[in-house]
Amino acid sequence: MLAFLIERLLQSAVVMLAVALIAFTLFNYVGDPIENMVGQDTTIAERQQLRHELGLDDSVVVQFARFVADAACGDFGISYQQQRPVGQIILERLPATFELSFVAVAMAIALGVPMGIYTGIHRHSWLSHGLMGLSLVGVSLPTFLVGILLILVFSVDLGWLPSFGRGTVVHIGWWSTGLLTLDGWRAIIMPATTLALFQMTLIMRLVRAEMTEVLRTDYIKFARARGLSNRAIHFGHALKNSLVPVITITGLQLGSVIAFAIITETVFQWPGMGLMFIQAVSFVDIPVMAAYLMLVGGFFVVVNLVVDLLNHVIDPRLRVDRVRVGIG
Amino acid sequence: MAKGAGRATLYALFLVMASATLGRGEAATTFRWSNDGDPTTMDPDARSDLFVTTFDMNMYEALIRRDRNLKLEPSLATAWSNINPTTWRFTLRQGVRFHDGTPLTVDDVIFSVHRAAAPGSDVASQLSSIKEIKKVDDRTVDFITYGPAPILPNYIVNVPIMSKAWCEAHHAANVALGSNSESYATNHENGTGPFMLKSRQPGIRTVLVKNPNWWGLKEDPIDLDQVDFIRIVNPATRVAALLSGEIDMVYNVPPQDIERLRHTPGIKIWQTPELRTIFLGMDQARPQLLESNVKGKNPFKDKRVREAFYEAIDEDAIATKVMRGFARPTALMVGPGITGYDPALDKRYPFDPDAAKKLLAAAGYPNGFEVGFDCPNDRYVNDEAICQAVVVMLARIGVKVDLLAQTKSKYFAKINAPGFDTSFYLLGWTPTPLDALDMLTNLAETRGKGLHVGAWNDGGYSNPALDRLIKEISVELDSKKRNALISKALSIVKDDFAYIPLHQQIVVWASRDNVDLAPMGDDDLQLRYVKMR
Repeated sequence: MLAFLIERLLQSAVVMLAVALIAFTLFNYVGDPIENMVGQDTTIAERQQLRHELGLDDSVVVQFARFVADAACGDFGISYQQQRPVGQIILERLPATFELSFVAVAMAIALGVPMGIYTGIHRHSWLSHGLMGLSLVGVSLPTFLVGILLILVFSVDLGWLPSFGRGTVVHIGWWSTGLLTLDGWRAIIMPATTLALFQMTLIMRLVRAEMTEVLRTDYIKFARARGLSNRAIHFGHALKNSLVPVITITGLQLGSVIAFAIITETVFQWPGMGLMFIQAVSFVDIPVMAAYLMLVGGFFVVVNLVVDLLNHVIDPRLRVDRVRVGIG
Repeated sequence: MAKGAGRATLYALFLVMASATLGRGEAATTFRWSNDGDPTTMDPDARSDLFVTTFDMNMYEALIRRDRNLKLEPSLATAWSNINPTTWRFTLRQGVRFHDGTPLTVDDVIFSVHRAAAPGSDVASQLSSIKEIKKVDDRTVDFITYGPAPILPNYIVNVPIMSKAWCEAHHAANVALGSNSESYATNHENGTGPFMLKSRQPGIRTVLVKNPNWWGLKEDPIDLDQVDFIRIVNPATRVAALLSGEIDMVYNVPPQDIERLRHTPGIKIWQTPELRTIFLGMDQARPQLLESNVKGKNPFKDKRVREAFYEAIDEDAIATKVMRGFARPTALMVGPGITGYDPALDKRYPFDPDAAKKLLAAAGYPNGFEVGFDCPNDRYVNDEAICQAVVVMLARIGVKVDLLAQTKSKYFAKINAPGFDTSFYLLGWTPTPLDALDMLTNLAETRGKGLHVGAWNDGGYSNPALDRLIKEISVELDSKKRNALISKALSIVKDDFAYIPLHQQIVVWASRDNVDLAPMGDDDLQLRYVKMR
């Protein structure tokens, strides 16, 4: 277990370095931040001076090395756009993205799993067909369209929910939460629904497929032959055995929900990291982009690690395989 | 957005999710407005960005300000005049206090100008004509310039007066854009203006409150107790927030939404011609174009080719179709509202593709030629669409245009100094001091002969006679003579086809109908003019 952990951590470090290198190579193609930082009257000499002060006239290799060295000490530099430390900006934005992502994933699981179970057991009922049809819509509608439709209906026409922002937030230390106020909950409903829609349909389809599969296996037939109740069979045996892949996928999806909250955050002006990243890209705010990409890279690495470890704990076969390999 | 059966289904579907109604019961004197930009710093010296400057100048004030018709009017100075050709004398208003309660003195003014003119400040380049500043007495200060500087007051409008003691106490006496640490003045303010900073979440929300001790309250009562600025990047969300009543005013209204908003009850549209002129430029400097199939010579050096391009472009069609009427076709490189604008000259040459074809043939290109075309796609209203229309129009006279439309950060890096890596491009220009001289110096004077001279003359247009004229204008203090000289210069630029002017955009703002405000052509929302009923 320890060897596995160390191996995985080393792999993670390599992945993070690769992310940073790719990011820095890409920054050469996003444009020139200086043009965004100064006014039209700023002279060429002043522009060159600024470029020099920011170290933008160094080669990519030097810039990359400097970034890695600083980042290793926890210093991500000063945002070109906001003139504030990047670490501070990210800490301000992190809670918004995390709350949105967790509420969205919770919604997706809370609705997706029961819907999956139902459609898996009652495959031919009209409700199942309806849910499956709806799930197709959920998969195929683009996020920004769903978001704008929700705003149109619930904010513009009905005036029930706010069309942008987080509502009233409460500060607990450096963390800010909107989940302690009614206003905050009202604000999170639409963005979380938008973000959850795709995940929900994914989970529902996954659970349904797994349930269908498991219900056909011999031990379920045997359980029926033993005269167990439907309830015990469905939930005690079938569901439990369906959940391993669901946990893996949901865990991995959490990473992508955080990473791809960008569009939802832009539509609802949700003040999270995705919105920050979009604003940084249009300004060519290199320190913010670099830090964000590292952070998202870090999430994926951690989530993968945790999922692997969880699977190790849940599924004994993985552990046995490992031992065999070790012996061989 | 017609009502339909689908709508009913949607309502039913999401009914469960909406549990409570929207609270709209805020104080009537809170004004909530939104833009896609953000006041990224509270330090007006740090960023010479239109949005940042205009926002911050609700808290800070300069010696002079602009009124709702863009005319200069006294602010922290009560009077100013030329006591000799190289000296501007300003008389300071008495009894003004900073937001922290300390009184404004001549020393603060001198400190502020030094701060703004020092290296690292982004306003510095506008103050390059100032040689020194002298305190005459406790209420008088002299600005001594290197030569006669007729438009110095126009630049003074952009110099915020800050408190010397406050800046020094908070280590903010210098602006340093490239510095590796955060400045106190980025997140705090201590101005003299009608509004004070209450709270700030950069990129999200900035809240201002009325300054109850503002010196101008008697003449200019401030109607707003609080101003919430909320940044909303997505244009559809911004408009939705206005329609739902969560926001009182937005600007940068997407052109496709204007008509719908105009016919929406409860919404008011404000429009006024913007001071920015959109135009096309051509590389007239290189012996051979960078992006063309014509080798060994540069077709744009031939005036007939430039004229042919001008006549091939149907600006009326661009204004009515591409810009949906929200553009004012122009024959000049400056529009109304800019000092020196001459309505007598503002008559476009006719759109005439047949004449254009003949001109091209006479210049030796009967079958046209190929040329590259640089265009931003996120800088001006419908910029890329305008460029696409130009491509089609030029194709009719046989010119094959290869369009490269890209994001502004890449576009400006390509076409601007020092590389000037372009053959044909679309650009927009607002003269910072709202004076035609700025356009002439930056765009029409032969480049490379001084600090700002030809700094944005990306096509390298050069005309020695015009250069001499521009030098004359820059030192002429008599405004009547000066305007005559400017008219002469503008007509040279026009008749030389140095550029192909297209239009001035129309600024469109939208608000709830209980809002009264002063729409200004320089995109400046002066909060002191905002009233709510």
